[in-house]
Amino acid sequence: MFKKCNLAALALVAGVAISLSACAGSTTPAASDVDAATATSAEDFGGLDALVAAAQAEGQLNVIALPDNWANYGAIKALFEEKYGITVNSADPDISSAEEIAAADNLKGQDTAPDVFDLGTAVTLASTSYFAPYQVANWSEIPDANKEATGLYVNDYTGSMSIGYDSNSVPEPKSLDDLLGSDYKGAVALNGDPTQAGAAFAAVGLATVQSGGTLDDFTPGIDFFQKLNAAGNFLPVNATGATIASGETKVVFDWSYNNLAAAATVDGWKVTTLPGAVYTSFYNQAISKDAPHPASARLWQEFIYSAEAQNLFIVGGAYPVTIQTLQDAGTVDKGALDTLGELKGDLVTPTAKQAEDNAAILASKWAAAIS
Amino acid sequence: MTVANAPALTSTGAGATPRRQSVSGRGGILRFLGLTPFALYVLLFLGIPTVLAVSTGLFTEDGGLTLDNIVGLFAPNVLTAFGNSFFVSAVTAVIGAVIGALVCYAMLGTRPDGALRAIVDSASSVLAQFGGVMLAFAFIAAIGSQALLTKFLAEAFGLNLYANGPWLYQVPGLLVVYLYFQVPLMIITFMPALEGLKTTWAEANATLGGTRFTYWTRIAIPVLAPSFIGSLLLLFANAFSSYATAAALVSQGAPIVPLQIRSALVSETVLGRENMAGALALGMVVIMVIVMWGYSVLQGRTSRWQK
Repeated sequence: MFKKCNLAALALVAGVAISLSACAGSTTPAASDVDAATATSAEDFGGLDALVAAAQAEGQLNVIALPDNWANYGAIKALFEEKYGITVNSADPDISSAEEIAAADNLKGQDTAPDVFDLGTAVTLASTSYFAPYQVANWSEIPDANKEATGLYVNDYTGSMSIGYDSNSVPEPKSLDDLLGSDYKGAVALNGDPTQAGAAFAAVGLATVQSGGTLDDFTPGIDFFQKLNAAGNFLPVNATGATIASGETKVVFDWSYNNLAAAATVDGWKVTTLPGAVYTSFYNQAISKDAPHPASARLWQEFIYSAEAQNLFIVGGAYPVTIQTLQDAGTVDKGALDTLGELKGDLVTPTAKQAEDNAAILASKWAAAIS
Repeated sequence: MTVANAPALTSTGAGATPRRQSVSGRGGILRFLGLTPFALYVLLFLGIPTVLAVSTGLFTEDGGLTLDNIVGLFAPNVLTAFGNSFFVSAVTAVIGAVIGALVCYAMLGTRPDGALRAIVDSASSVLAQFGGVMLAFAFIAAIGSQALLTKFLAEAFGLNLYANGPWLYQVPGLLVVYLYFQVPLMIITFMPALEGLKTTWAEANATLGGTRFTYWTRIAIPVLAPSFIGSLLLLFANAFSSYATAAALVSQGAPIVPLQIRSALVSETVLGRENMAGALALGMVVIMVIVMWGYSVLQGRTSRWQK
């Protein structure tokens, strides 16, 4: 057996060794002398190839809140990994945009802080101090209305607010008022609470414009859901892939790309967009100012706006921001676009002020309307 | 009772006093040093976070002092949330306490070292902590709208559980689900009190000419009342602060205060309300302080006879 002083000496040596090894391991600095964190375009790196080399030297990318079945992000992340050999660390797929910013705050300065964000409009506009400006190589292909002038944030994709339904149990709803009928008892659900989640907020917006209201005031939409609840047709359960598959939520108001993802896996799930006003809302791509892997973050941005990734969005059921350019240049994935269908109808999107006003209206009226 | 016992009582009384005097004099502070690690732990991980969380309610996002968040507590939907929280906690605490006390009383008749009591004790210890997502899922799978029991009842008896609306996913559902962990918690906290009821007291009551009614009203209930009310308060606090179960079950409308706190912190449509969460936490602390004060008043009255 060890003598006591030998054991103590062994423990001391082990402790010193462990603490010294912790000091030794640090990230290797980038080979080039370009400060990736302040680069505002690929030219600052000396061209796209230099950007790729800098990113590969970093070797990792931290993304957050990107579920695999949301607008085909699973395939997009996989393609990025395969193409550049950079490991994508995908954290927290199910959190909201507000929680992404909270994560950036909490993890600031650490290796696991998020490098890039994909945020709803309201959170984007309130968090511009977290972003670094960057203009991708095909900056001119993105319409002016879809980007912030210096590149702090850029629209990446949109869907339309659609209604998914289980065609085996309920008939197709041809108008909003159809949903008030007795066929849909205890069947209609939202993807979240409108006072918390962007997709549900958009559902109330769709109900508003379909009920003849305007995006200035969501009260007609809230009244519709109150009538739905009074008829016993509103189900206060969050619609997810699991509840759709189990048949608990037979009718779901959700973004077209989410409903289409469910239609691909669930037998009998069909998606319809109501005629008349169509509610759309772009999500926004941004790079974190304190990104632990700045070159990888900027390469991810270039990748997202490249034709390959934009076409993958179409496969996932979302409309990418450069769709017009893709169609004009003939590089669009025709098969996917035909399956998805064109985004037609009277497109409406709320402005920042409308979103803020309606958030306040929902905060005061929603809980009473559906209880 | 007898004279022979009296000297024994006084001798122990006399022996206790010098012991008490010597301890307070010698090594007084050193006694508390043993408590320091625990006190530090409580301060760091309980005291400071509580103060930080509650005080965020007094600041704006930019750091300035404000009373807006406190004023926001009186908005109608927040007051309704407080009312619902109080209602759910009070109802589940009372029903849980009554059912738990009856189960404990039933168990008094079993052998103290027997299998039945051991099983009930262990099962209660586990089920008292069986809250959260698991419990919500268990209920959704058992009596949700597409669940085993619901379908069985609909097919076998034509009984539609949800004829009046999807109550499981709203406040009435919380009442049923919370009872599931309230009753076991009552059993494990109240059982020792019931076991402390000495059989000699029942015998004394009988020999002095009392009935079962006088035993309960004059002996048992006054003895049990402080611990019963203490357990009731524990159940109330348990239900009041319970978050995970409600978060998994209730998706729309944030009808209780912990869900309002979640809404203030993670909402991506109604922004800038993170400090509201601190104000809501402060409101919960105030309610608990009032309930604890009520408890101490009740405790003082019910244990008057023990003084």
